[in-house]
Amino acid sequence: MELYSLTIHELQEMLKKGETTSRAISDSVQARIKAVDGKVKAYITVTEAAAASQADAADKQRSSGSASPVLGIPVAIKDNMCTEGTLTTCASKILGNFVPPYDATVVAKLKGAGFVMPGKVNMDEFAMGSSTENSGFFITRNPWDLERIPGGSSGGSAAAVAAGECIAALGSDTGGSIRQPAACCGVVGLKPTYGRVSRYGLVAFASSLDQIGPITKDVTDAAILMNLIAGHDRRDSTSVDLPVPDYTASLARDVKGMKIGIPKEYFIDGMDPAVEKAVRDAVKTLESLGASVVDVSLPHTAYAVATYYILATSEASSNLARYDGVKYGVRASGAKDLLDLYLQSRSQGFGPEVKRRIMLGTYALSAGYYDAFYKKGQQVRTLIKRDFDEAFKKVDVIATPTAPTAAFKIGEKSADPLQMYLSDIFTISVNLAGIPGISIPCGFTQNNLPIGLQILGRHFDEESVFRASFAYEQATDWHKRRAKL
Amino acid sequence: MKISQQEVEHVAKLARLELSDQEKAKLTDQLSNILTYVEKLNELDTKGVEPTAHVLDMKNVMRDDAVEPSLSQERALANAPEKAAGHYKVPKIIE
Repeated sequence: MELYSLTIHELQEMLKKGETTSRAISDSVQARIKAVDGKVKAYITVTEAAAASQADAADKQRSSGSASPVLGIPVAIKDNMCTEGTLTTCASKILGNFVPPYDATVVAKLKGAGFVMPGKVNMDEFAMGSSTENSGFFITRNPWDLERIPGGSSGGSAAAVAAGECIAALGSDTGGSIRQPAACCGVVGLKPTYGRVSRYGLVAFASSLDQIGPITKDVTDAAILMNLIAGHDRRDSTSVDLPVPDYTASLARDVKGMKIGIPKEYFIDGMDPAVEKAVRDAVKTLESLGASVVDVSLPHTAYAVATYYILATSEASSNLARYDGVKYGVRASGAKDLLDLYLQSRSQGFGPEVKRRIMLGTYALSAGYYDAFYKKGQQVRTLIKRDFDEAFKKVDVIATPTAPTAAFKIGEKSADPLQMYLSDIFTISVNLAGIPGISIPCGFTQNNLPIGLQILGRHFDEESVFRASFAYEQATDWHKRRAKL
Repeated sequence: MKISQQEVEHVAKLARLELSDQEKAKLTDQLSNILTYVEKLNELDTKGVEPTAHVLDMKNVMRDDAVEPSLSQERALANAPEKAAGHYKVPKIIE
């Protein structure tokens, strides 16, 4: 096995025994990027020289005895998290020249733990999309089939992990943007509870829904990264001041006696039969490991996509008002006055999907429509959240497919925004309710495309999510398959 | 729910976007489709349901009003497209 294809915990074992060095791992990852990124196109910015010196520093630090679990481990960062001194574009032309003067809290935490940053990875512009086709720069391809999308919006993160172009990555999830690309690329992706991980330095899309989380090759690595990035941050007033458990400890427990809910609303007409079969088989596996399966109902599921596209776009229209060509980012040249400067900079800087969402959100918030759309959306959000509250009275976790199909072809859904939005049908409710959810590999279609199993938990109960995921992972070997490139 | 091209133009103005004729036509069509889909929410009776702005039960978070180090003027202006004398520079507003 090449170093780039290993996990954080495997590499840590090797590092501990002196079988490899951080520099060798970083060089292996950089060589892999050179070899395959021309095809996959996961990276917007590769920081090879900085990675080499971070790796050398990590080796030096290890020899002095200190070792955090990510010391000297290459973790790619989605390009919507601020990295001091390194270009942070959000895959948007309007931020095409933006070099942040500070680090996002998650980046500062990883730096404090001595990680190596191989570079910044591609995404849908401002995290708006489900395929990474909306990047303002280029399309990322699925390492399992280069004609297909890697999912989105954290498509660069998931593709880089699946292709061995990093050991692990951070993504962000507003309506499924960690879990759906993880499913498409056959890797693990966790969206933590809203408030569990600081959003400071994460470029805002929809502030009441956005959450940062890990994308990794297995569940253990996701728990390792969560141990490092979770926790209260006084710079994010929505981050919650609760103790952070040791997530790796929850991996030691089996699922005997655990109650797993299966919501009937998540097995719908139009979903790929291969996805349904893989997920139902996964549930049987969990049952054979000692969990009990309980039917639950989430009756407002069918309204989640509509609710999301009102609330997320409304928040986005407000958040993206800051891009005006004045303080940072790209300014259009030749504007005749200040208003023209705003108009030109924004119209030239934003891509079509971002404009569409700003328009939809502005409309929903505009005079005369606020009650009919925005307030209505917020009320339905309450109903969706109550569905989960009721279900979690009966069960410990809920298992569903992550997406109704495996990765679709590039261009297949780009003409019809609504069809694209509906690919998030199983992930969106989770953000509206604010609960944690993971996607883990649970099989492959006949075309050898990965399928994702989604496991959801109660607010701040990532531990049960990890426990069920890890038990399933240990009983299967889907997570050991690697894309051939 | 259909929206008109005039409404699209009005919303674009509010959003500080300048749209080409082609963009206007396309958005009129696409936004109408999306809004028709969103009208599905009207099937639900939400009378008396509290709106959720935020899933966490939290109020305003306060901190002490203490002087702390912050970005220097130079670093804060480092990304400015145009600057002058320690300020952001924009086209002339008042004749």
